[in-house]
Amino acid sequence: MGAAGLAIGLMNCQNDAKSCRNQGGKLPIVGNRDITSQGDTLYPTIRAFTFTNQEGKAITNHTFQDKIYVVDFFFTSCPTICPKVTAQMLRVYERFKNNSNLLLLSHTIDPKRDTPDYLRNYAQKLGISDAQKWHFVTGEKDSLYAIANDYFSIAKEDPNTPGGFDHSGRLILVDKARRVRSFCDGTNPQEVDCFLRDIETLLKEP
Amino acid sequence: MKLKLIYFIFGIFIVLYACNDNPYKQGKILYANFCANCHGERGEGLKSLIPPLLQSDYLEQHRKELPCIIHQGLKGEIEVNGRKYNQEMPAIPKLSFFEITNVLNYIQLNINQSDTKNIFTADEVEQGLKKCE
Repeated sequence: MGAAGLAIGLMNCQNDAKSCRNQGGKLPIVGNRDITSQGDTLYPTIRAFTFTNQEGKAITNHTFQDKIYVVDFFFTSCPTICPKVTAQMLRVYERFKNNSNLLLLSHTIDPKRDTPDYLRNYAQKLGISDAQKWHFVTGEKDSLYAIANDYFSIAKEDPNTPGGFDHSGRLILVDKARRVRSFCDGTNPQEVDCFLRDIETLLKEP
Repeated sequence: MKLKLIYFIFGIFIVLYACNDNPYKQGKILYANFCANCHGERGEGLKSLIPPLLQSDYLEQHRKELPCIIHQGLKGEIEVNGRKYNQEMPAIPKLSFFEITNVLNYIQLNINQSDTKNIFTADEVEQGLKKCE
C-alpha cells in the first residue's frame, strides 16, 4: 500500500517531464556511429580545438577535461533569437553555477566584430564575472563554423538574414569523452526544462 | 460601378473598425515576432544587456519618440530605471503607423496593464513618425 502510494507520488513528480525526449536512465550518444573491422564501435566526438575567451586566454578541449559542458552559438550584435537563447543559457548557469563539474561554452559566429573585449563586455552585462565557469570564445571563422558541425549546429554567414548570420539556437550537452549526449531548442523554455534534467542525469554518470 | 465603390468603402471601414476594436490582437502577434526575442515575452528585458519594457520609466519619459524608435531603431547609451544600457536596437522600417500603434498599445495596455487613458492613437503615432530624424 505504502509502496503504491510512493509510486503514485513519484509518478506525480515526473508528470511534467513526460513529454521529454529522454525518460531517465542513461542518455543516448547523439550521432551516427561506425563499426570498425575489429568490431569496435566508434562514436562521433568533438574535434580538438583552440579558441580565445573573454579574458584573452586560450581555451582548448583540455579546458574541459573531466568536465561536462553546455555549448551554444551566438553573436553579440544579434537582432533575432540570440537573446532568447542566451536567457536559457543563463538558466543553465544559474542552476549549476556552484557545480564545478559543469562548464558553459558560447561561441561567437561573428569573430570579426566579437573580439575578446566585446565578449567580456557582453558577459559582464549578463552578470557573468567568473570566466572560469562560462567561456565566451572567438577564433578563426572557419574553425568556429567547422566545430558547429560537430555539435550538430549550424553557423554560417548569410547576408539575407537579419544581422548577417544564420544559426540554430541549440543548446548542446557534451560528456567527458567529448560526445554529444543531449541537445534542445534554446528558444523553447519547455525543451530547456527537459535539457536541465538531462544535465542532472549526465552529472550522475561516473 | 457605383455599387462596387460603395462595397469597397464599406469593406475598408469594416477592416479598420475590426482592427481598431481589437487593439491587442495584431499587437500581440507583432510583439511576439519583432520584440519578444530580445525584450522577453513579458517585457522583462535581459540583465544589463536589453532594457525592460515592463514598468520602464524610459517609456513614460520618451512617449513621443517611441514610434520613431521602433521605426528607426536605437543606438547609443540610454538609462532605464536607473540602469545603463548600450545595445543597438534594430530598426523595423516595414511596420506601418497602424501596426506600430497596435504594438505600442500591446506594450502599454497588456504588458504594463496601463490605464486606457494612456492609449496611443493612430494619429499620435503618425504624427510622431513625421518627426523622425
